[in-house]
Amino acid sequence: MSATAGIAGAQPARLQPWPVLWAVLLGATFLLFFSEGLHDALEGLAPWAFEYPRAWVIPLRDWVSGFMQWLINDFDLGLFTFKEFTRSISWLLTWPFAFANSLLAEGFIHGRGDKAVLLWPRLSWLAVIAIAVLMGFYAQGWRLALLVGACFAYLAVFGQWTSAMVTLSSIAIAVPFGVVGGLLLGIAGFRSARVERAMAPVLDLMQTVPIFAYLIPALYLFGFGPVASMIATIIYATPPMVRMTILALRQVPDEIVDFGRMAGCSRRQLLWKVRIPAARQSLMVGVNQVIMLSLNMVIIASMIGAGGLGYDVLTALRRLDIGAGLEAGIGIVVLAIALDRLSQAFAARPPEQQREDSAGLLRRHPYLAAGLAAAAVTWIGGLVLPALGSYPESLTLTTAPFWDGLVSWININFFDALEAIKTFLLLNLMIPVKRFLLTLPWPLVVGLVALAGYQLGGLRLAALTAALVLFLAVTRQWENAMETVYLCGVSALIASLIGWPIGIWAARKARVNAVVQPVIDTLQTLPAFVYLIPAVMLFRVGDFTAMIAVVAYAVVPAIRYTILGIQRVPPTLIEAATAQGCTRRQILWRVQLPLALPEILLGVNQTIMMALSMLVITALVGTRDLGQEVYIALTKADTGRGIVAGLCVAFIAITADRLIGAWSGRLKTRLGLA
Amino acid sequence: MTSASASADHERPVKLACRNVWKLFGAGAERLFADGAAAPSAEALARAGLIAAVREADLAVREGEIFVIMGLSGSGKSTLVRCMSRLIEPTAGAVLFEGQDLLKASEAELIALRRHKMGMVFQHFALLPHLTVLGNVAFPLEIQGVRRAERERRARAMIELVGLGGRESYYPRQLSGGQQQRVGIARSLAVEPEVWFLDEPFSALDPLIRREMQDEFLRLQRLLRKTIVFITHDFDEAIRLADRIAIMKDGAIIQSGTPEELVMQPATDYVAEFTREVSRAKVLSARSAMEPPVPGARLSGSVPADAKIQDLARRVIASDGAVAVVDADGRPIGQLTRDAVLDILAGQSDRPA
Repeated sequence: MSATAGIAGAQPARLQPWPVLWAVLLGATFLLFFSEGLHDALEGLAPWAFEYPRAWVIPLRDWVSGFMQWLINDFDLGLFTFKEFTRSISWLLTWPFAFANSLLAEGFIHGRGDKAVLLWPRLSWLAVIAIAVLMGFYAQGWRLALLVGACFAYLAVFGQWTSAMVTLSSIAIAVPFGVVGGLLLGIAGFRSARVERAMAPVLDLMQTVPIFAYLIPALYLFGFGPVASMIATIIYATPPMVRMTILALRQVPDEIVDFGRMAGCSRRQLLWKVRIPAARQSLMVGVNQVIMLSLNMVIIASMIGAGGLGYDVLTALRRLDIGAGLEAGIGIVVLAIALDRLSQAFAARPPEQQREDSAGLLRRHPYLAAGLAAAAVTWIGGLVLPALGSYPESLTLTTAPFWDGLVSWININFFDALEAIKTFLLLNLMIPVKRFLLTLPWPLVVGLVALAGYQLGGLRLAALTAALVLFLAVTRQWENAMETVYLCGVSALIASLIGWPIGIWAARKARVNAVVQPVIDTLQTLPAFVYLIPAVMLFRVGDFTAMIAVVAYAVVPAIRYTILGIQRVPPTLIEAATAQGCTRRQILWRVQLPLALPEILLGVNQTIMMALSMLVITALVGTRDLGQEVYIALTKADTGRGIVAGLCVAFIAITADRLIGAWSGRLKTRLGLA
Repeated sequence: MTSASASADHERPVKLACRNVWKLFGAGAERLFADGAAAPSAEALARAGLIAAVREADLAVREGEIFVIMGLSGSGKSTLVRCMSRLIEPTAGAVLFEGQDLLKASEAELIALRRHKMGMVFQHFALLPHLTVLGNVAFPLEIQGVRRAERERRARAMIELVGLGGRESYYPRQLSGGQQQRVGIARSLAVEPEVWFLDEPFSALDPLIRREMQDEFLRLQRLLRKTIVFITHDFDEAIRLADRIAIMKDGAIIQSGTPEELVMQPATDYVAEFTREVSRAKVLSARSAMEPPVPGARLSGSVPADAKIQDLARRVIASDGAVAVVDADGRPIGQLTRDAVLDILAGQSDRPA
């Protein structure tokens, strides 16, 4: 052993095969890009490599569309048809939604139009605020109660109340379905390895398919309206709960499970009385994710008739009414913050003592009693004084003129500067990258990706990634895909370049971190849609605007993972380096960064994932990529087109995820961190 | 085995026994035993790519005794105790509970057995984080469907027994490690089990607390007289608590016997390594240090044969030369000289007797 090690060590000058191979291949690629002669010659030789031949296209699009048509028109499940099935689901969801909507937003109404009679008013704004404050107080204490109260008060005072309540009622119905469904599927996956193996790729796909792609089949099967949007929301928000459930159940310590078995639990008792309660806290993290994803989706689902705050933003954006858009956008932000902090506090809250005394229902549940009292008092009060029932319109404030003024002030004073930045980046970075990617022949790209897969993860990864990339070509989405790769790549690059220094700074200075953490926590809770508003405000439409919105959305993981990676470097190593006389700079470059690299890579991975999901939403501001393809499909309710383009986005995401994941894993193994 | 202590054991029936128990990890482990082979060789295991966590374990735990299984980490002691309660399915062999093979019990029989006859204490306490002390201790009863008032009455009694009265409504995270393990003990006793498994119950505690808990444990055992299987990696703890000890290494039991037997006749160098540092005076009894009675010798007083040297040293040293050693009926069976006691105290018991 030692002899061979000595020989290997004695030949440091021998060239490593991989870097040489990559250098040659990338050199050839650039040559192809810069030398038009070579490019033309090659194109003459093998035109099929540059323009994917029509005859080779797999008509997946038509198959999917045909399948959906067949589902709706002809599929018979025996007792009932598929159409009846979707109708009954629709009917099943309509009722709870109508109830929640009446309770929070519309009031209980009998009849339609002019003959409508208000049977019972909606919950008073004061009652909702009071309930929110009580929940905050119950879950954590006064600070949270104040925060949540202020968030809801904002919605009332700035005239966003009704829209916010429509949004809230969609969430209130979608979340229980998502949580219960996710929990049950997660339990199934936990119990049976086979079920988990079957679910894993589906979950991967569901979490990478762009958000719009969910809307299309929902729209097609359930029609325009809140029900379709709620179904899309539930489907979109469930996967993390499934994953979290499997993970949480698996993390229950073996000893606790052993104890449960030794206590003589049956299988059912072991699950419901031991495993699930012991996993409660992780499960609540899953619930928090379901809530936040539901909000994200409900906002975007306004495109298929969800209504609420998302609809307000959408219409304002379409009118380029910046003030109104921002106001509704801030409404979404405060709602997101309130929901996130509340659900996190509930998750972190230690279990409470059960009161043993039989003091009566109200004494045992003081918070519930107080909430009901608030509802009753404001209802009776509302009969006398209408302002107690709904917030008086005359007292509504609006910030729209202020925002409008601010934007025009910025545009007047900084137009040239902003325009210069935009032009510079477009000309020197974005357009060259785009041209480069668009000139590459598809077989070359497939080959390079497969090679990277082989180097990082072996044959299986090579085959997987090559197949995924090939899919882009055979469905004739190559150009759209390259547009997506270019926008996503540039955005992820810029987001990383912004995120890394901030992350390093925050990781090394506690005071900076104290500012950065709450900011990125908040940024992360905001629905993707919100990020569009300021970008459009300052840069109107086009690729650059899209890029800005994507960067703003995707910068958070770059910061977070950098902080995490640096902070996880064992303190003993820092001490050792300090003891050897390293300066702070040397410690950063020679100890902290190399060891944090795998984590930082995972951050890049997350940045790319988030960039891709945001990119699709930026189709609203006129990009020309796969996102646009999905968006067009949505407006035309063309399921096949939308799903194929959505799958393309998902496959790009999965390819990037697997390659970077494998890379990070290899680094971790080499550093002994795995 | 020294004859007298062995005969005392024979009076008590065997409660729990392992017969040629094997636990192999790896694919196709059952096949090795399919053709009725009793003991696969180490080479056969290596060839099949299997890891033997427990091999050929034979032991018998008698009613009311503290049986300690001692071994370092990776020796298979935790796996063995889990085989004895069938938390882990042994690959081969038999586990006899009151003569019945546990491995043939149905799921329902096993659940009934665990509910009523077994209790277990865990190294990291394994308390349910969402339940109070009272809820945790009452949990095994709740699982059986005991009514609330009844199970809480019994749980309170157990909490009182382990000295945690007044903390019934605390949550595990509000208690210290020692207190948490008291809850674990109370919980395992709540169903009044006959066999009590303790899997390294004090290993996660600070040395001072560990000592206190060992005393507490001995106090409880004097009160309750359970049949106990106690796992530890700490030889001193084993010596202090055990009626009998089994020492495990690489999955096999290499020696079992009373602490005194292990110290006097270590079967292998490995066992001798453990016993070397043990204070002889604490372990050895007058019986094993005595000489045959010399007719007509002048003896000043007598000591019981089972008394430890540590406890009678002063008397013997203060005597003129030797004391008589008497059995339980007061009959002299030998004599103990001052020199013999001094040698033991000085740590020179290896001297040929």
